[in-house]
Formats: sequence, structure tokens, C-alpha cells
Amino acid sequence: MARRSHVQTTINGETVEFLCEPRQSLLEVLRDELHLTGAKEGCNNGNCGACSVILDGRLVNSCLVLGVETEGKSVETIEGLAAPDKLHPIQDAFLENAALQCGICTPGFIMSAKALLEQNPNPTEHEVRYWLAGNLCRCTGYDKIVRAVLDAAAAE
Amino acid sequence: MRDFSYIAATTIPEAVALLGEKGESARILAGGTDLIVQVREARRDVDWMIDIKSIPEVNVLDYNAATGLVLGAAVECYKIYANDAICDAYPSLIDATKIIGGTAIQGRAGVGGNLCNASPAADGIPPLIVLNATCVIAGPNGERELPVEQFCTAPGQTALQKGEMLVSLKIPAPESNSSSYYLRFIPRNEMDIAVVGAGASVTLDAAKETIVSARIALAAVAPTPLFAEEASALLAGREVSDEAINAAAEAAQAIARPISDMRGTAEQRTHLVGVLTRRALNGAIQRVQEAT
Repeated sequence: MARRSHVQTTINGETVEFLCEPRQSLLEVLRDELHLTGAKEGCNNGNCGACSVILDGRLVNSCLVLGVETEGKSVETIEGLAAPDKLHPIQDAFLENAALQCGICTPGFIMSAKALLEQNPNPTEHEVRYWLAGNLCRCTGYDKIVRAVLDAAAAE
Repeated sequence: MRDFSYIAATTIPEAVALLGEKGESARILAGGTDLIVQVREARRDVDWMIDIKSIPEVNVLDYNAATGLVLGAAVECYKIYANDAICDAYPSLIDATKIIGGTAIQGRAGVGGNLCNASPAADGIPPLIVLNATCVIAGPNGERELPVEQFCTAPGQTALQKGEMLVSLKIPAPESNSSSYYLRFIPRNEMDIAVVGAGASVTLDAAKETIVSARIALAAVAPTPLFAEEASALLAGREVSDEAINAAAEAAQAIARPISDMRGTAEQRTHLVGVLTRRALNGAIQRVQEAT
């Protein structure tokens, strides 16, 4: 077995050190080593977006990043979004719009929406739909999610 | 997932030496959006992943209106379409990089990796062919260059020899009165693999009425992306007209040798080559004519 590597990275603003095998994805490291279970495993091949996190400011599928690749990088996950006593505006908008049902896709959608609003604070509906095309939801039919993201943009 | 070792190379000679030493069991890791899935699904036997993203040469994204573009092999899609000068100069490349996967894929995947993955349906390759790109390849015997249309040799197979890696792609500066266009047919709006893809570049005369030269490339209709050389040559010197474009589209159809699979039948794909070639040519011509 390949040796476990020591990796130091920043997760949600805090310096984190972990050991991982090269074959462990960032998603596996987050969930199995660091017990940050917000990012979900859906397809494990880059189609569904349930594992979306922000890596050095860019939205990525954490199932398609190796844990060892995150040495010296910065990772943002759903766990870092809310303040201790206050939800993030995107989370509020998802609640207000009932933009979730089973909830498995929600952390990915919210991280994806956050990445969108950081680079485009006033997206059109068309832009929201294209940006979120890599996040799949089998419950809502997407309309409520799109409305929540537009509401969050208006609120911010 | 299969067990493997990971090395982050920091120089080209280091990566080339590792590739030579490890042979077939090593693969270059750039964006990883194809490679990690292939290893996870046991479609590639990899014992060594050599991460090249710390090597400066593969991260170069340098456009100069006189000399053209140097596109490092690991430059992610989002950096390409975020660059206004590149959007103006090489619109077909932008058409493609915006439709390779979704946002999260475009944050990691690059055109160099798309090329090295050598899928017949790769959206990134027809634009490189119509833009006359050259592959810069490093290997044990130094550097060599190869026209991009000769790079893919079979599905998943490339012209890279033992110990060789793609460093960058060089794209010549666009000529005046030229433009390019890429489109694909998919049954959805987004997040899909091309049933057929077609790219075209055209250079028109000063009056924008006659085609000086053109290049047409096709995806998903042969074991590799195709440069439709004869179809392209038919357009040189022709007045912009439906007749000329239809003739080129028919010539492009003649070289398509598609298979039937779950995405479409050979018959539908051959039909689509005609439709998409016409649209790609008209799209490129329209871009030239509308430019001020």
C-alpha cells in the first residue's frame, strides 16, 4: 500500500493536518478522516455535484480531487458557511423557498450558489441555471432552488 | 479505488524522468476529471500519478496579438474563457471550454487534459484543430512539436511515446477577417457528451465576401477527432454562399465513419455532420462579418 502522506491545508479558515493515502479523494478525506460529512457522495464520478466544495476560490467536485493535492490549499465546505448563531443568506433563502426535499444535494447546491454569487452577485435566471447544471436534484424540479439563489442574490 | 502512489513534479525534466522510469504504470495528473474516474472505475491501471500542476510551463496562459497563444497543458477551462483577449481571438475555443462538463469540472479540467484523454467526442479538440494548434511535447530526447490533428491515434491513445508529456499548445495569432466556431449536438441543454461535434475556422477577404481559407474538424464520428482536410480545401477561394458551404458539408460527411451506440445511430450522426458543419461554417462567417 502506498504510504500515507501528511497534508496540511486550510479548511473553513482553520489550519488542518491529516494523513491520507494518495487514492483517497478530498471527499473521502473530508468525510472519513475529518468527519465533515456535509459534502455528500452521490455518483462519485463528477456528474451529480453533491460533493461540491470550493478549493482555492473555485468550485470543484471533491470526489475528483485527491486529498494529497490539497497541500497548502484552502478548502471551503458547507460546515463553514453559517455563523454560530446565524445562517448564511443562501441557507436562509433555501429555507424560505423550500428549495430542498430530501436534502442530499443541498450542501452541493449551496456551495455552488456561493461560488456563483461571489463572482456574479446579480445573475440572471439563465446564468443561475447554467451555473448549477452540474448539480443534480431528483426531488425539487429545480425551480425552487433557482428562485432561492435569485432571492439570495437580491438579499445580499 | 486501486492503490497508487502520488508525486508532485516541479520541473519538466523531473516529470519526464519519472515517466521514463515508471513506464506504462504512470499517468500525468492535471485536472484529474477523467483520470481519477478512470482509475476509480478500473478502466486504467495506474500505479503512479505524476501531478504536473506545480510545473510553471504547464500553467502558462500567454496571448500576444502578434505571436498567438501559448496554452499550458494544465490550464483550466475557466481561466481560458475568463480572458477577454482570448475570447476575441479564438471564439471556438471559448464555445468548447464553456460546455465541457459543468462549472465544477471547468474549475479543474483543461484543454490539454481533454486532448491527452483522446476521447473521439472531446469538445476541446476540434477547436484546436481548426485553430491550427501545435502540441509542444517534452520527452527524454528533448522537445518536439506535432500538429494537433496528429496527436490522437485511437480512442484513449495518443502519439506520446514512452517518457513524453504534453507541455503546451501553441496557437497562431488569428489573421485579420478570421473567426471560428464550435458546436455539438446533444439531446439536453448542458452536461452531456457530444453525439457529434463540429468546428470551423474561416478567413475571409477584406470585403468579407470570399473565403480565403477554412478549416473544419469533427468529433464523435470516428475513432479520433478528424480534420476534414478536403472539405476545408474546397472552400478556399469560394464566394460565401450556401452552395460552397453545402459542398464542404457533404465532403465532411464523406469522411465521417461513425458507430451506432446509445447516443445515436451512425445514420443520424452522418446526417448531423452535414447540419453541424454548415452551422459551424455559417457561425464563423457571421462572426467575421459582424466584427467591426
